[in-house]
Amino acid sequence: MSATPRRRRTRLVLSQIALAALALVAIVAATAFLLLVGGYSVRDGLVALWSGSLGSWYAITSATLVRAVPLLCTGVAVAIAFRAGVFNIGAEGQLLVGAAAATAVSLATPLVAWSGGVTIILALAAAAVAGGLWAGVAAVLRARFGVLEVISTIMLNFVAVHFVSYLVRGPVQEPTHAYPQSATIAESLHLPRLPGAGRLHAGLLLAIAITAVSGWVVRRTAAGFRLMAVGENPDAAASAGQIDVGRTTTRAFLASGALAGLAGGIELLGVTFALYENLSPGYGFTAIAVALLAGLDPWRVLPTAVLFGALEAGAGAMQRDAGIPSTLVTVIEAALILAAVTVQALRLGRRPNPGRASIAAEP
Amino acid sequence: MTHVGAADAPLALDMRDVAKRYGGTQALIDASLSVRPGTVHALLGENGAGKTTLMRIAFGLERPDRGTMHVGGRVARFASAADAIERGVGMVHQHFSLVPVMTVAENIALGGRGRLDLAGIRAGLGSLAERRGFALDPDAVVATLSVAAQQRVELAKALMHDARLLVLDEPTAVLAPGESAELLRWLRAYADAGNAAVLITHKLHEALSVADDVTVLRRGRTVLAASRADASPRSLTAAMIGGDAEPSEGSREAGVDATMHDTGTRGEPVFRATMVTIADERGLVRVWNATTEVWRGEIVGVAAVDGNGQRELLRALAGRLDPVSGTLVRPKNVGFVPEDRHRDAVLLERSLAENVALRGAGARRGVLDWSAVLARTDRLLRALDVRAEGATVAMRTLSGGNQQRVVLARELAAEDGGTPTAVVAENPTRGLDVRATAVVHERLRSAAAEGAAVVVYSSDIDEVLLLADRVLVVYDGRVREVRAERDAVGRAMVGVE
Amino acid sequence: MDALTPFLAATVRTSVPLALAAFGELLLERVGLINIGLEGAVLAGAFGALVGASAGGVVLGYGGAVMGGVLIAVLFGAFVLWLRADQIIAGTALTLLSIGTTGTLYRSWYGSAGAALGIPTSAPFAIPGLSRLPLIGAAVFTQPPITYLTYVLAPLLAWWFARTHAGLALRAIGERPDAAAAAGIHVDRVRALAILANGVLGGLAGGTLVLAQAGTFAEGMSAGRGFIAIAIVVLGGWSAWGVTAGALLFGAASALQYAFQAMGWRAPYQVFLAIPYLLTLAALAGAVGRARPPAFLGRSLPPRR
Repeated sequence: MSATPRRRRTRLVLSQIALAALALVAIVAATAFLLLVGGYSVRDGLVALWSGSLGSWYAITSATLVRAVPLLCTGVAVAIAFRAGVFNIGAEGQLLVGAAAATAVSLATPLVAWSGGVTIILALAAAAVAGGLWAGVAAVLRARFGVLEVISTIMLNFVAVHFVSYLVRGPVQEPTHAYPQSATIAESLHLPRLPGAGRLHAGLLLAIAITAVSGWVVRRTAAGFRLMAVGENPDAAASAGQIDVGRTTTRAFLASGALAGLAGGIELLGVTFALYENLSPGYGFTAIAVALLAGLDPWRVLPTAVLFGALEAGAGAMQRDAGIPSTLVTVIEAALILAAVTVQALRLGRRPNPGRASIAAEP
Repeated sequence: MTHVGAADAPLALDMRDVAKRYGGTQALIDASLSVRPGTVHALLGENGAGKTTLMRIAFGLERPDRGTMHVGGRVARFASAADAIERGVGMVHQHFSLVPVMTVAENIALGGRGRLDLAGIRAGLGSLAERRGFALDPDAVVATLSVAAQQRVELAKALMHDARLLVLDEPTAVLAPGESAELLRWLRAYADAGNAAVLITHKLHEALSVADDVTVLRRGRTVLAASRADASPRSLTAAMIGGDAEPSEGSREAGVDATMHDTGTRGEPVFRATMVTIADERGLVRVWNATTEVWRGEIVGVAAVDGNGQRELLRALAGRLDPVSGTLVRPKNVGFVPEDRHRDAVLLERSLAENVALRGAGARRGVLDWSAVLARTDRLLRALDVRAEGATVAMRTLSGGNQQRVVLARELAAEDGGTPTAVVAENPTRGLDVRATAVVHERLRSAAAEGAAVVVYSSDIDEVLLLADRVLVVYDGRVREVRAERDAVGRAMVGVE
Repeated sequence: MDALTPFLAATVRTSVPLALAAFGELLLERVGLINIGLEGAVLAGAFGALVGASAGGVVLGYGGAVMGGVLIAVLFGAFVLWLRADQIIAGTALTLLSIGTTGTLYRSWYGSAGAALGIPTSAPFAIPGLSRLPLIGAAVFTQPPITYLTYVLAPLLAWWFARTHAGLALRAIGERPDAAAAAGIHVDRVRALAILANGVLGGLAGGTLVLAQAGTFAEGMSAGRGFIAIAIVVLGGWSAWGVTAGALLFGAASALQYAFQAMGWRAPYQVFLAIPYLLTLAALAGAVGRARPPAFLGRSLPPRR
């Protein structure tokens, strides 16, 4: 909590670390249990999980952290939206259009003689704008027509997928027209690799910076406060705080879309270097789990994004080395969300969630 | 054994010595009601007198702690509304239970079993129209109906179950004068046909215009039961508001210094309303052509029976609602203490400091200085003697009284720590114990003493009189200043000149 | 016009699982709830069909499909009705859970991914007489039995909503639960039944994918159909006939894709695939038809009494 004196904050942090440690133990235990039930070697599974995610420097950098980068951005994006009471399930689609926009800018630059650095910035900016606009469609539908954003963002996800599919088989398809993907972007536009860190790229730094700033905004600024108030209790926010609820939620929605779009741009410039279908293995959805487990707090998204990055990296290793289905990790992720939801529900007891926008405007 | 009434027929409803306790309050202590068949019986009383409670017992929605009840001469012990309906009792509540998007027929059909027989309901409505003389289009969508028509649907629901005793709870509260007259005429005809009706109302003239008998409840007791012929407006008013005005402790007259009201140096009013018309969130006009002023340093009390427009007036003054016409001059930042604290005033799961920071959050820019907020919260907590472990505990952990104190402290304090310009409070002591109430009163008074303009609404007439320098009464959407005396205010609240 | 019959047949075939899932979601949304976990129910149904059919034939396969869907429904009901957890989050988690669980079980029980399985499938059954109608006979009346069940569901649901007290009660809860409660209706009980129906139909949809179409299971084979079903409910204006039309529309769009490819057109087929979603967005905004959702749809439930 931001309104906390220093000493109390230390105690809180310590208790949160203890909680996190407990959660980690629980995850390991749950994994072991599932492995046992499935008839797999628990030892092999856990060893593979560890070695694939955190067991070596290479694993940490090129498996875990590389996956953590997009999860960080989208996790913060989702956290901001949910915090304001906006159920942005469309991070996946916003990420895709962000990647598409970044691709367009990157491929268009040979036409303009700009330096690589400037182009990278432009591409990332375009990604953010595209993501914001994509979310904007749903935001307008919500603000003007009272449309439930859950449904509209899911629809937009599908449209984005089809749009990318169209792009990579049409306008931006690579010159030989053999594969459904765009041309690879120029070397000079790749995000620089971090020295000594395998495949890990500078996008990590950007993502961390975004997380830091977002967390600061949410905790320390008037705008961040309004975000929280509107998500907690829109009636009180409007009456006691005299906050413009509609404007606050729309801004949160757009910011969320922009961050998710940015994640797509970073993925493109740092990992994939070309646009193709299935560019995102569901980052936008995993982000929901990441954000929920972080309690919708951007600063806490950092460890949870790394956790999920590790889980997904470890899943791949489990499959390769121990023949254990990587889908097991999806089960764990789902169980984590359900556990978090249960804990919250039990804690809140009989209190109803103060009003969330319904699909129709209030009568 | 049957109870025999004047016409030698069993009483339609006979309730004797009924008592009912709700949580901490004794809603009914010793209430009785005897309704003769073929009559309209007006049940009068102020807010909180117990009228609705008594009739909810009659309709089976509540069980009495004590007392007896007979319907149509037979003992009645209802376990639910279904029992009451079976015995021919019907009730039309103040808030309708209708599904707006469904038709009249569908709404009436709701709750049945098996195949839906809308044709049967249409036929039933048709014969109802003939027998009882009111028209309802069975296929009309409820949302398109006027409030009066919607009320008729609720009536139809009761009548379709062959109700011989109808209870109507403040039915004219939501109707325009013409519609009210029509309803009352219909009620008269209903009674003349041999049925009985109980009309819960606070409007004297209405009661007198249509009722055969009247019963007055005050603070859970029946204080008057008479026939229309034996009751005069004067005696009824006296019964409703009570002639005895015990001076409570700390009344304005008794000792708080009266030096703050130097009417000669008032200057510009803080609030000025000129012919202001205000509509509620749904667009229905609730206040008509209100003209009034509030000056620095005074407490203006608003007295009204709930639902007469005071809610909208308060919100307009507080800047939470804009008038549809007329001019309203108000300060930019008015403190507002709403009645529904949990919904409109606090973030229950957040800390006290965050709740304090809520005030003015809409206009605030830039970085939040949390240490300043924490300090301010601590100051406020101390000033109002709130029992809490500090500014960082969640609002939910505080008792209701302490929560209200925090809200009050927040609204009474101007952001920069100086004096607030204006504060509007709506039933600020509802649900508080005696001590907390006294604290609230004291804070309101000192705010006025420091120069704020204070507007306080309370559904308790005595509280209004206790606090106010001047009194405005809102009745039926009209705002009038009235002499700050129990008699005058009470009469104005029920529409008596 | 001999491209038409295969196109129609493909349309109907593709529409059936969509329609089944959409009918399930229709029932649920008219009672005021949204199940993002429907996708998970469809997938669970598909897997259940695999297990059931491997054990003993098509009928057992459909039984397994229903069980899979019901499992998701029970979990959904537990979280949303009992714990009063948020519907959206619970639904999202359940879809994830289904993806993970079915994938894991499939790989561990049936070997590495990609192994095609031969399980008994549901053969098309030609309705005598009707199947000989020109043009539509082959397409519409020569389908596996599950299709005929779907044909029956549309008028059945339409009738049930409009002509029974149960349907009236369900609709009332989706609009004004307190009015329904005031009329003596057991609101949570009706919600639970709707959730159950949603699971059954979603599971059946998944079963159809396996038993009447693919003849095998593949991970993630629901491929977003659960979400599409949610779109269909909106596009169909929350009415049984509208949902039928919407399912056909999505089915046609999908079938068009193959038709175009078969005809060698190089038009961007993705446009056709995207059109239904765009149409849904427009419908949501009220621009197309009178898409008026149940008033209580998606609102948080008040605490349990």
